[in-house]
Amino acid sequence: MSASHGMGGPGTIEALIQLLAKVPGLGPRSARRAALHLLKRRESLMEPLARALKDTAQSVKTCSICHNIDMTDPCHVCTDPKRDRSQICVVEEVGDLWAMDRVVGFRGLYHVLGGTLSALDGIGPEDLNVGQLVERAKNPEVKEVILATNATVDGQTTAHYIAERLSNTGVTVSALAHGVPVGGELDYLDEGTLFAALKARKPV
Amino acid sequence: MDWHDDGIVLSARRHGETSAIVHVLTRDHGVHAGLVKGGFAKRHRSTIEPGNRVHTTWRARLAEHLGNFALECTHAHGAALMDNANRLAAMSAALAVAEAALPEREPHPATLEALEALLDALEHIDIAPDATAWGQLYVRWELGLLSELGFRLDLSHCASTGVTEDLLWVSPKSGRAVSASAGEPYAAQLLALPGFLRLGGGGQVSLRDIIQGLKLSGYFIERHLFAPHDRAMPQARARLVERLAKQGV
Repeated sequence: MSASHGMGGPGTIEALIQLLAKVPGLGPRSARRAALHLLKRRESLMEPLARALKDTAQSVKTCSICHNIDMTDPCHVCTDPKRDRSQICVVEEVGDLWAMDRVVGFRGLYHVLGGTLSALDGIGPEDLNVGQLVERAKNPEVKEVILATNATVDGQTTAHYIAERLSNTGVTVSALAHGVPVGGELDYLDEGTLFAALKARKPV
Repeated sequence: MDWHDDGIVLSARRHGETSAIVHVLTRDHGVHAGLVKGGFAKRHRSTIEPGNRVHTTWRARLAEHLGNFALECTHAHGAALMDNANRLAAMSAALAVAEAALPEREPHPATLEALEALLDALEHIDIAPDATAWGQLYVRWELGLLSELGFRLDLSHCASTGVTEDLLWVSPKSGRAVSASAGEPYAAQLLALPGFLRLGGGGQVSLRDIIQGLKLSGYFIERHLFAPHDRAMPQARARLVERLAKQGV
């Protein structure tokens, strides 16, 4: 295949396809389509994209406070004066932060753990940003820490561990509810979700 | 070739973008790995959660291949335990120890049945109302695992005098019980035998007894099952001991 493209070495079209194929959601076939699309729109898309990628790669920073990824350190969330500084929402990854920030009702701060405790992958508490969270929680301004880890065994194990670490700080520690998603039909829900929903039922 | 079996998910490791390599402790095929295509996709993610009881179908062209799993969750233990830190830690520890200790593709139906019983007890508060109740079951499960793999501890009588009463210790060398009088000069080197593991043992069980039991089973698990393979005790198990020790103080 590469011979037919006259490619193979770095800087060639094949190299571009191979790099694009490493992007989540793109396989070799879709990477080929994306490469072709870019090649057809060199000036209007490919060059601006290359510039944007280069600029972002050169200036992206990890926030030293919450571990979010942004162009400034501290990030735009941590420096936003309109944010409620009494609440910190703890998430596993930056993607979770972005998901939570889409929720209009939450205007607090965040803390990205950088993963979960995982016996399988050998990730222990020292590999996560837990110590820094405990330090942040000691700030008298902080009243509540919301644990928004995933509803998985590893996610909840991590949540319990953090709750234990925060027990001496005096802040209220809460966790996201688990249950029926909006638009979810009971018939299609798995047993675990239904069990969690039933357990967390509330009077109407 | 293919087979059907029932089992418990021990672990799921991401493979590629959405697929998973899942280890299941099955009744007739032991700890068995298989690829679950799209296992980490939103739709199937809950099926491969560790602790789930599953009906498995394994398919491969050759027996030695990794093969593909089709899993159907029949009971989600993990979901039921998620809001209880201690019970969740116990489940994670049991699953991690089972995965690390049991050889792959070697059937151990007794271990699976004992693990199912342990997970049931962890889930149902009427079976095991507190940590001292499920803690006993957990320690017995680990001792049962040792026994299943050929390293049974003899806690019925004193290794030195043969008496069956007043057994307070276990010899770390032989794995046999030692009476109070025979063990006294060597107390510092011996492992404590908690009351609930003694012959006819009953009475009040404290969290301290459970921690002693965990130290006892942990010592022999490390020595017989992990050290020969240059493996360390799984972190999940160490965290369970740490968690209970904090509460027991």
